[in-house]
Amino acid sequence: MAITMTPAAEQHVVKHLEHRAKGVGIRLGVRTTGCSGLSYVLEFVDDATTGDEVFQCGDVKLIIDPKSLLYLDGTQLDYVKEGLNEGFEFKNPNVKDECGCGESFHV
Amino acid sequence: MALLQISEPGQSPQPHQRKHAVGIDLGTTNSLVATVRSGMAEVLKDEQGRELLPSVVHYMTDGVSCVGHEASEHNIADPLNTISSVKRLLGRGLADVKTFGGQLPYEFDSDDGGMPKIKTAAGLISPIQVSAEILRKLAGRAEIAFDSMLDGAVITVPAYFDDAQRQATKDAATLAGIKVLRLLNEPTAAAIAYGLDESTDNNSSEESTIAVYDLGGGTFDVSILRLTRGVFEVLATGGDSALGGDDFDRAIAEWLRQEMGMAEDLNPIEQRILLETARAAKEELSDSDQVALEVLDWRGTLTRELMHSLIDGLIDKTLRACKRSLRDAGLEKTQISKVILVGGSTRTPRVGEKVAELFGTEPLCSLNPDQVVAMGAALQAEVLVGNKSGDDMLLLDVIPLSLGIETMGGLIEKIIHRNTTIPVSKAQEFTTFKDGQTAMAVHVLQGERELATDCRSLARFELRGIPPMVAGAAKIRVAYQVDADGLLNVSARELTSNVESRIEVKPSYGLGEEEITSMLQDSFSHARDDMQARALREQQVEADRMIEDLLAALDKDAEALLDAQESQCLHVAINELKQVRASSTEHRVLARQIESVAKASEEFAARRMDASIKSALAGHTLDEIEKG
Repeated sequence: MAITMTPAAEQHVVKHLEHRAKGVGIRLGVRTTGCSGLSYVLEFVDDATTGDEVFQCGDVKLIIDPKSLLYLDGTQLDYVKEGLNEGFEFKNPNVKDECGCGESFHV
Repeated sequence: MALLQISEPGQSPQPHQRKHAVGIDLGTTNSLVATVRSGMAEVLKDEQGRELLPSVVHYMTDGVSCVGHEASEHNIADPLNTISSVKRLLGRGLADVKTFGGQLPYEFDSDDGGMPKIKTAAGLISPIQVSAEILRKLAGRAEIAFDSMLDGAVITVPAYFDDAQRQATKDAATLAGIKVLRLLNEPTAAAIAYGLDESTDNNSSEESTIAVYDLGGGTFDVSILRLTRGVFEVLATGGDSALGGDDFDRAIAEWLRQEMGMAEDLNPIEQRILLETARAAKEELSDSDQVALEVLDWRGTLTRELMHSLIDGLIDKTLRACKRSLRDAGLEKTQISKVILVGGSTRTPRVGEKVAELFGTEPLCSLNPDQVVAMGAALQAEVLVGNKSGDDMLLLDVIPLSLGIETMGGLIEKIIHRNTTIPVSKAQEFTTFKDGQTAMAVHVLQGERELATDCRSLARFELRGIPPMVAGAAKIRVAYQVDADGLLNVSARELTSNVESRIEVKPSYGLGEEEITSMLQDSFSHARDDMQARALREQQVEADRMIEDLLAALDKDAEALLDAQESQCLHVAINELKQVRASSTEHRVLARQIESVAKASEEFAARRMDASIKSALAGHTLDEIEKG
């Protein structure tokens, strides 16, 4: 099982962590909510909780709870620019269907 | 595809729940829009990667033709329809605009209510409409960037903006379809961008004093702020609305002209070449000690030292304004704990050096000085729109000038005092002055002076339908409410009948920018005169009341209760009082005269009292009266 990150995503995560001046890494996860069943979580982490899986990705720790990992295995976190819009994107091979906006999905 | 931002722990938004908020720096020359991404404030760029949007709108016969960079290009060919620097006109009256509008090439007209409008090919356009176009363009940029509708914006305004100018800014946003979360003072926004609001502990009573030095292309502002427990208070503002980095360029261009031996009356193209060369040289000298110049067929060098000698005089002018503001704030320069540099022209290192020298402290300049105001506004917008929990970050502001009401005799009764934190709501009870009075005029005033005529009139309205009662019996509660944007709502309610009248202050436009600071100073320098004037007015009101009451009483009862001589005496006393009332400027003299009339009429008053008791008792038995 593994989670990865593109260099663009890593660069932005490092920048944001530096600006925030605290935090051990970022949390990726899923929540059961939203119009298509599940939605992504992307947060700063100040303390990893026990049971969390940690993937070291360059200088950044990606932290995931074991349940979310089932839905996210093989995901690559990317940072994309679409015209003026920019932000992080989960490239998740498990997704079978997502709502029009992509904010929620199911597997 | 919605792109994600990193949230604070436990604060990931629900899908479709993330609110999109921006901070907008609506500037005189350029405007910017910024937002918070993954906890960081960032300025949004347009499709061409440009951050600054020139605050320029070009009009054609069928309406707005373009906004921003494209509009600036029409500046030379079509100056009358290319509207720039409109911020200087926002919320101003026609009279103001006529006095300083001479610097602007436009023709003005007014169709209603004294609000000046600019004559363009598309018809009469108000400064609010022009500002709305600029705001709409910036909001559009944000909506493309978010791929979503905008939920709200924080828009910055200069600290010296009065109610009318703030209201006009808000109207422009409404016209552009933008929800204004709050108007924020520009220097306060700069302080937030540097995180100064978080650096002091909210629970301690620790204070810090901040000077914000804002040198733009064409304007200079300095503000002295005090930060106490997360609340910013503007202690003083100052500046020069016609001094900026463009003057540096002009000074260097003038030197070039002389060096090149050109005549003084340059044609526009020559002028432009010299100015552009000057600007490029100025920017290059930020990093190097000298720069080689090549203009037309002339070659030469400009050293940093020589440039300093050309611009030092201009910088010194800004430093004098800083010292004045310090004096207004009643502070020594050693009491300033932080100095912030804002505005593109503070990139010239000489400016930072001289500011550091004046305040004796190294100014903060790590953030891009063009962006710092928009960034602070974006941080505030993020909190206000509800993306960041934590009410401790709720920033407060204060009102710059007291708000009051005109009372009898043209005096002002202050209801909300200056430097009260907003939002605030305060009420005071008033009563009627005359018997049977059924209406009351409410005159809303702003200022520190004691007489209504010396303060600024914001609004007038009438409370009608007060039930007729004897003077002093009605209870009229006047409530002043200032919302978080510094805008005022006034209501008046008669408490026994519950008739009510209210007004949202659509201030009568027209107050010069220097007047606001001078209004404050006047209140100090005229303190003694004002006190005298108030005392005199109070006595005058008292005299009028006495004359009126006494004449009414004489009219009614003189025949029955007074002999001819007594009546004559009282009339003489009243006439004397009238004369003193009209001629005396000394409140004590008037007070003595009132006193003597009161004495003279004592006997008459006593007889009237007796007579009215007798008539009340007549025809009743003692029994009835005792039970009654």
